[in-house]
Amino acid sequence: MMAALILLISLVTLSMFFVSYCRSMMASAARHELSEEVRDVTGIKESASARDYERVVQILHLCPERPEDRSSLRAVNLYYAGLKMVQGALATLTPGLKSWTDQEQASCAYFAAVALDRRISFNREMLAQQDS
Amino acid sequence: MPGPIFLIIWVVGTAFELSFVICSFLRKSFLQYLFLNLYLLFSVVGSVARFGVLTHYGQDSDQYMYCYYYTDLVLTLTLFVALLSLYMRVFSELKAKQFLYFVAMVVLLGTAFFSYAVVNQTSDRLSTSFAYELSQNLYFVGLILTYILWGAVMKLRETRTRVVQFVLSLGIYFSAYAACYAMVTMSEKPGVTQYLSPLLGCLLPLSWTITLMRYSEESRLATAHLVAVQR
Repeated sequence: MMAALILLISLVTLSMFFVSYCRSMMASAARHELSEEVRDVTGIKESASARDYERVVQILHLCPERPEDRSSLRAVNLYYAGLKMVQGALATLTPGLKSWTDQEQASCAYFAAVALDRRISFNREMLAQQDS
Repeated sequence: MPGPIFLIIWVVGTAFELSFVICSFLRKSFLQYLFLNLYLLFSVVGSVARFGVLTHYGQDSDQYMYCYYYTDLVLTLTLFVALLSLYMRVFSELKAKQFLYFVAMVVLLGTAFFSYAVVNQTSDRLSTSFAYELSQNLYFVGLILTYILWGAVMKLRETRTRVVQFVLSLGIYFSAYAACYAMVTMSEKPGVTQYLSPLLGCLLPLSWTITLMRYSEESRLATAHLVAVQR
């Protein structure tokens, strides 16, 4: 009984800390201005939308990885999957939740676009170093 | 000897712990986050000591059992101090140092007394059971203290990205660890849960290292962006 209670409390706090952790990473990325070419490639003009995430991640997979990104992208990916699950399960019951999850998914998409931008410049630098 | 999966997790975890300390040196943040560094350094020393005792005496020996539980207790206490150092940073402007020391001592002694009372009633191997019980209870107390610290971070509008992310990583670690302990207690067979706790041990130094590498001490973050529901 006690163990079950501890498990329940721990899982609630775990999800709360995880959401805040992902949001802190996305908040730092939100200040990054996307380059013109990333805007063209991803189709993100003014601000990202919830539907952009999967497309941006597909493009991201085409670009050689940057080791620094790996773990944060995994965490955001997990967060996005959680949001999708919540949206599928509960959004029909509470319409307010749908707009919140859409907003969060849009932040995930912007985070992925920033990661793409950084990967492109990283790879450019690597190529430039190889050429010189 | 433990299986290859355990050994791999062990080596990877120790490598992450060392990488945080090395990163702090390179980023000139060793003294700024002295207690976080000390915790991870102790953890490396504890890992090496455990490995030495394990290869010398074997996994089922009393020596290994004593070494495991006592290093675990020392590490939990050091992590408690590391958490206290984050409290000091967050509350630095309120000049509440003395009060925080007092509360920390009360919490620590209270947890020790509670653990002793539980063990005294149920076990005849008092010393190792006490070390285990205290360590387990301190993890749960750590979770509650991190939750309170997180509340303070939000309330005081702490903006230092590093501090915010260190606290959040610690919160994830404590919550996951407490959940893991509860699952081990509830499950009859060890199964996957036996790999969970060493795996979680790798996550904390990894996320701290990433924070240290990615953000400078000057990096700032608006805490308003962190709450799930905007007010």
